[in-house]
Amino acid sequence: MNLYDIAIIGGGVVGTAIARELSRYRLTIVLFEKEAEVAFGVSKSNSGIIHPGTQNPPASLKGKLCVQGNILTRRLARELAVDFKEAGELIVAFSEEEAGRLIQLKKDAEALGVPRLKIVDKKWLRKNEPNLSGEAIAALYAPTAGIISPYRWVYDLAENAIQNGAEIRTGLEVKKILAKKPRFEIVTQKGAFGARFVINAAGLYADDVSAMSGIKNFKIKPRKGEEFLLDKKLEGLTKHLLFPLPSNISKGILVTRTSDGNPMIGPTAEDVDDKTDLSTTSEGFRKVLEGAHKLVPSINENDVIAYFAGLRPVAGEDFIIRHEDEAPGFINVAGIQSPGLTAAPAIALMVAGILRDHGLLLKKKAVFRKHRKKEYHLFAIPIAKTKKLIKKDASYGDIVCRCEMVSAKEVREAIARGATTMDGIKFRTRAQAGRCHGSFCTTRLMKILAQETGLSRLAVTKRGKGSELVKTGRVSD
Amino acid sequence: MIKRDLVIVGGGPAGLAAAISAYENGIKDILLLERDQYLGGLLNQCIHTGFGIEYFKEVLTGPEYADRFIRKIKNITSIEISLRSFVVRLEKDKTLTYLKPGGLFTVRPRALIMATGCREKTREMVHIPGTRPAGIFSAGLAQKLINIEGLLPGKEVVIIGSGDIGLIMARRFTLEGAEVKGIIEIQPTTRGLLRNVVQCVEDFGIPIYFNHKVLRIHGSDRVEKVSVAKVDEKMNEIAGTEFDIECDTVLVSVGLIPENELIEMAGVIIDKRTNSPVSTEVNKTSVPGIFVCGNSYKVYDYVDSVTVDSQLAGKMAAEYIKGLD
Ligand SMILES: Cc1cc2nc3c(=O)[nH]c(=O)nc-3n(C[C@H](O)[C@H](O)[C@H](O)COP(=O)(O)OP(=O)(O)OC[C@H]3O[C@@H](n4cnc5c(N)ncnc54)[C@H](O)[C@@H]3O)c2cc1C
Repeated sequence: MNLYDIAIIGGGVVGTAIARELSRYRLTIVLFEKEAEVAFGVSKSNSGIIHPGTQNPPASLKGKLCVQGNILTRRLARELAVDFKEAGELIVAFSEEEAGRLIQLKKDAEALGVPRLKIVDKKWLRKNEPNLSGEAIAALYAPTAGIISPYRWVYDLAENAIQNGAEIRTGLEVKKILAKKPRFEIVTQKGAFGARFVINAAGLYADDVSAMSGIKNFKIKPRKGEEFLLDKKLEGLTKHLLFPLPSNISKGILVTRTSDGNPMIGPTAEDVDDKTDLSTTSEGFRKVLEGAHKLVPSINENDVIAYFAGLRPVAGEDFIIRHEDEAPGFINVAGIQSPGLTAAPAIALMVAGILRDHGLLLKKKAVFRKHRKKEYHLFAIPIAKTKKLIKKDASYGDIVCRCEMVSAKEVREAIARGATTMDGIKFRTRAQAGRCHGSFCTTRLMKILAQETGLSRLAVTKRGKGSELVKTGRVSD
Repeated sequence: MIKRDLVIVGGGPAGLAAAISAYENGIKDILLLERDQYLGGLLNQCIHTGFGIEYFKEVLTGPEYADRFIRKIKNITSIEISLRSFVVRLEKDKTLTYLKPGGLFTVRPRALIMATGCREKTREMVHIPGTRPAGIFSAGLAQKLINIEGLLPGKEVVIIGSGDIGLIMARRFTLEGAEVKGIIEIQPTTRGLLRNVVQCVEDFGIPIYFNHKVLRIHGSDRVEKVSVAKVDEKMNEIAGTEFDIECDTVLVSVGLIPENELIEMAGVIIDKRTNSPVSTEVNKTSVPGIFVCGNSYKVYDYVDSVTVDSQLAGKMAAEYIKGLD
């Protein structure tokens, strides 16, 4: 049986951020992810906002970690060559009563340490956010809000953790955890692994995983959020990320954008029972359009080109991050709802602290590779740079995806860096993510994936076993 | 920067006809750019018959129809054909940037004919709720998978919309041994050609549900079923009429839209609703010297009419170029 110092369960942003943070120490680390690739859980379907820390209760753990996370994410994104764009957010008031609430929001956020907040008036809004509704009378401006591509973030955290010696095992589901002091035995469908410490970062399934080691003191309740993306033609629709005033359970319907430039509207917030219910609904669509119209009246439903739903793993009001004394060595990182994407690097530091407090020696490695080599995306670079790249490697000029301008080279590189599925290619490169939704490029992508992995085209899946694209073939593969 | 008299973007039936016609009308310096590795465009995957009845007074398959033009153009040495050439940018002065394995090029033609065809509307454009499992295809992609790649997408199929490609694919799937469990059309009548309804659907006993819509797609990894209901005149579902159809595949055939993002980049005025160029005369756009023909001008029912109008585009471009001298 393989023995490790640390076993992390869950390859979302939280698990991979922890793996990357711990990989700077002389530790043996393994991460288990039940899906075909990392980032296929909650971390792939969210708003991608690196929140400044506003809209959190002043004494909350999530508020504190969000503010820290906002700072840490910038540094980490530079190290890993991930695009982080500071966009700034506006929490918009439409009445005198709402404008009054902005003052309290500002105070609460300042108490958490959110920097550079400012209340702006109608004149400022007209000038700096021209497409915002004329009904808006004031807003709380938080310049430190940013955007990131959530899945590419997870992929890059994972890649760098692997460069530094962590093992990431995808397609392995943890089924049982046995306490065999002084270590745990972690049972998967492909055998058992031993570890001194177990970190539960299983997202929606964190309650089930916790129960495997006998800790049943919380339940995860999924809270669904539906999001709708608009055509990239509308890039620049808003300059800032626009929020209404928050409600008790969510930040409301926002008008934001993805790191690739598509405006995005949503999310809803609906408690559901089923942890696999990622369906979008017509009610959700209506609600989101209504909310988005209130902020930006010019948004047209015909501009929607894609949609998805995500489930927030909610366990009460706040994050649960603690060592479970009844199962020594077992650390829960659960209930990581929003702003979990933002907080992840701060959560990772906190977990390192908990490990240290529980007797793990954290000794730095002699060599820690903190940087990651950047890959290029043609859609994101100037034409002159594209020309140079094609000179170096001809296949940068071999365009596979017509809507998003993705080359065969980028697809092959995505596969080399870990993509094993069509969704994995999409999240990494954007091929299939444009207006035609893969009608044009699917067959070519299947071929490249089959070639690079040695699989038959019949074995090519959308996102892992059971999601094969085609049923049978007449061809010999 | 290379200068040319005429550049044609697109090597499908429209681009081929336009290029040949421009040559026949006296233009000798022609570059044709095609992003695929072969000429013929969508006709290559249309292996059924029904092409050429008007133009050649013969019944041909798609590839046969295309082949007649491909043979002809290959004999015209002054038309340069550049395959795997992908135009990524178009400027107001008609300067084009295109990529090809191994190179990035810019070219400025005196006249430009865009023959970039159309694309299928997606499930997202008509907002069909539900999950996003494997097994949802545009009808055209399913056609390419079967006819070009030799792969069968699924065994139990529901088709959303009764566009021509959807109807043709109903027959194609049936011939391949799959079961087409129904075609769901929200309108009271088909939007496809009558001959396709008869030959591809009725002759095979495939159920077609008019005034019905798909409410939801179900399934987590792979499509499992769709929920369907009858609709009233306002397209709203009628309570109590909902039923499920189990299937592993959903084809979406809800219409085509002209592909005109490039000319939009160059400032050509586009009708937001149809995605066609705003135009006073067939093939013309709001920018002099930029012509659009074939399905990127408007969605045609028959390739024969595409050929005729595209030949006219070639002539118009030739006259435009001669007028500049
Ligand atoms: C609609 C929506 C919008 C959001 N917007 C934002 C935002 O803008 N900004 C922000 O900061 N946050 C946002 N969030 C929150 C953020 O997405 C989450 O907090 C974060 O992604 C949680 O990451 P995670 O790693 O805990 O969970 P996950 O990404 O779900 O990772 C857990 C992983 O564990 C795996 N797993 C589970 N059980 C097992 C097992 N037994 N064995 C092996 N593997 C297992 C799962 O497959 C999964 O991949 C949003 C959330 C939603 C739903």
